[in-house]
Amino acid sequence: MTRPRTLYEKIWDAHVVEQRPDGTCLIFIDRHLVHEVTSPQAFAGLRASGRTVRRPDLTLAVPDHNLPTTARQDAAGNRLPIADLESAAQLAALAQNAPDFGIRYIDAVAAEQGIVHVVGPEQGFSLPGTTIVCGDSHTACHGGIGALAFGIGTSEVEHVLATQTLLLQPAKTMEVRVEGEVGRGVTAKDVILHITGTIGAAGGTGHVIEYTGSTIRALSVEGRLTVSNMAIEGGARAGLIAPDATTFAYLKGRPYAPKGADWDAAVAYWTSLATDPGATYDKIVVIDAADIAPSVTWGTSPEDVVPITGLVPAPDSFADSSKQAAAAKSLAYMGLEPGTRMQDVAIENIFIGSCTNSRIEDLRAAAAVLKGRHKAAGVKWAIVVPGSGLVKAQAEAEGLDRIFTDAGLEWREPGCSACLGMNPDKVPAGERCASTSNRNFVGRQGPGSRTHLVSPAMAAAAAVTGRLTDVRELMD
Amino acid sequence: MTPIEKVEGRAIPFGLKNVDTDVIIPAKWLKTISREGLGQGAFETLRADPDNLFDRPEFQRAPILIAGDNFGCGSSREHAAWALGDLGIRVVIAPSYSDIFSGNAVKNGILPVVLPQAAIDRLMAVAATDPIHVDLDTQTVTTPFQDRFTFDIDPFRKMCLLQGLDEISLTEKSEAAIAAHEQKIAKTQPWLTPTLA
Ligand code: SF4
Repeated sequence: MTRPRTLYEKIWDAHVVEQRPDGTCLIFIDRHLVHEVTSPQAFAGLRASGRTVRRPDLTLAVPDHNLPTTARQDAAGNRLPIADLESAAQLAALAQNAPDFGIRYIDAVAAEQGIVHVVGPEQGFSLPGTTIVCGDSHTACHGGIGALAFGIGTSEVEHVLATQTLLLQPAKTMEVRVEGEVGRGVTAKDVILHITGTIGAAGGTGHVIEYTGSTIRALSVEGRLTVSNMAIEGGARAGLIAPDATTFAYLKGRPYAPKGADWDAAVAYWTSLATDPGATYDKIVVIDAADIAPSVTWGTSPEDVVPITGLVPAPDSFADSSKQAAAAKSLAYMGLEPGTRMQDVAIENIFIGSCTNSRIEDLRAAAAVLKGRHKAAGVKWAIVVPGSGLVKAQAEAEGLDRIFTDAGLEWREPGCSACLGMNPDKVPAGERCASTSNRNFVGRQGPGSRTHLVSPAMAAAAAVTGRLTDVRELMD
Repeated sequence: MTPIEKVEGRAIPFGLKNVDTDVIIPAKWLKTISREGLGQGAFETLRADPDNLFDRPEFQRAPILIAGDNFGCGSSREHAAWALGDLGIRVVIAPSYSDIFSGNAVKNGILPVVLPQAAIDRLMAVAATDPIHVDLDTQTVTTPFQDRFTFDIDPFRKMCLLQGLDEISLTEKSEAAIAAHEQKIAKTQPWLTPTLA
């Protein structure tokens, strides 16, 4: 009888090409997603060594990080120039490298363009049970459909382009089980913020986290992608959620998904991947969904999470002395006083977008709060950035764009936008942003920017009141 | 890649915990399409303070950096390793690293040494005034005061660093095994190869 295995172990075992005596494995990579920021040096390396891309058919390139989210074409359909010369150089490099190396490329003005982690599942290019890599740390996102997905650096991008493999050490396994029904106003984002606050920013280091339990099972695929997206914020190498009927219904009929008899064979295989009864994890954390409130971060580490009804903590409330020092620094950077009610914190900027929360369900949740309302006078900048051109088209078909613009928010073109201070969408120094992205690090949304991570519904609520707000107060 | 065996010199007693890659190299520096020159942007936010450690004369081109827990967390940007390398860092010593960062460090010829906090505290004290010696071959960190700390390192990483090996050439030796895997997949899971219907 074979030993009971976890979902992670099954995917890992199916991809081992070779095992080295020290346990390091050469792992086959089924899907490689490429964007403009972490690839130019990799392609340059291939050229310098005279290498080619081994499996262009398993590789998909799309620009996202650098693209401005304002109009990309004029009324006549001519491309508008990109003002930042370095951004323009990276984008031009990708547009050149993809055809040079025979890689599928989604152009900046194509209907399918979007954030790489939104595009992969949406196109059915990302599939359950596959290994997926991308030169972006939020590649863990694809774990939401049951893919083992890692963020990699540029040397590894070059290695995968050249060999379609990666050298990896097996990870330890961790189960984060969330059980029960979530309360009113609690979304997938609140679930993952609460998990991150509970396990800490290094809680999953060296592990692959499998999210299990009735709360996770009840999430849509969009919600699962949100949860797995932030596995890395808990220090984990990757996140995983077992593929099930919800996953299959989401993927069926997508452009690159298997068709006909292939589909049935694929579903049978994917179904067999679920963790076996009796399989063990190296670490288990159990969370009661009833304990999860609409959540918000107060500091500059994603573990700095409190319920929206909570207070800014005092540094000396932490047991660990280095956390006390970090908290004091965070509070100084964030301009917050211990004991302040989170709901009294005024917000000047709103960002609804990023690969964490820019899918159609996220936009619907924000629109439901904003419908018939208007942003507060104190909110200077509020943008909604759909995750892809297809999400954008769907939202427009549902009239969500008008709800946003009627409420005084800007409706933008797809891209990473204000998730990172790399394109023109930045939060000014010293100002706060209620942001649906995944990182609240120092300077992440622009030098001096102060980020409060929240769900799309909570970001919308903050837009309406001009302060961090318990979305439940705005729900009927 | 430059091989590493012994590194001796001043060590920057930085010591901060949870230093993310945004601190090591801010996002605005990611816009390069080459690998050189990133040392200028390394720790830019911290170096805005005129009293910062990195720009003190005694730590110019110091080859060793001593850091706190979870060094290199956050974004996977390999620019963090390039920036450290460009700054002259060959060895980082910390109680723990993010997985992505330590992988990137090794690939770029930087040795990530893991030592317990007590050893870090001692090295921080020594580094303020004296040089530190790191020997990868014997896996030891020593000081002029008879301190001697041994560290563990994955044998494969050690070999790559000692020989300055390029990982792609190593993997290319496994060509037959990679091809065999591809053939197996083509047969048993043909649907895994994406086609547009
Ligand atoms: S939205 Fe943010 S986290 Fe996601 S891929 Fe873009 S930069 Fe990375």
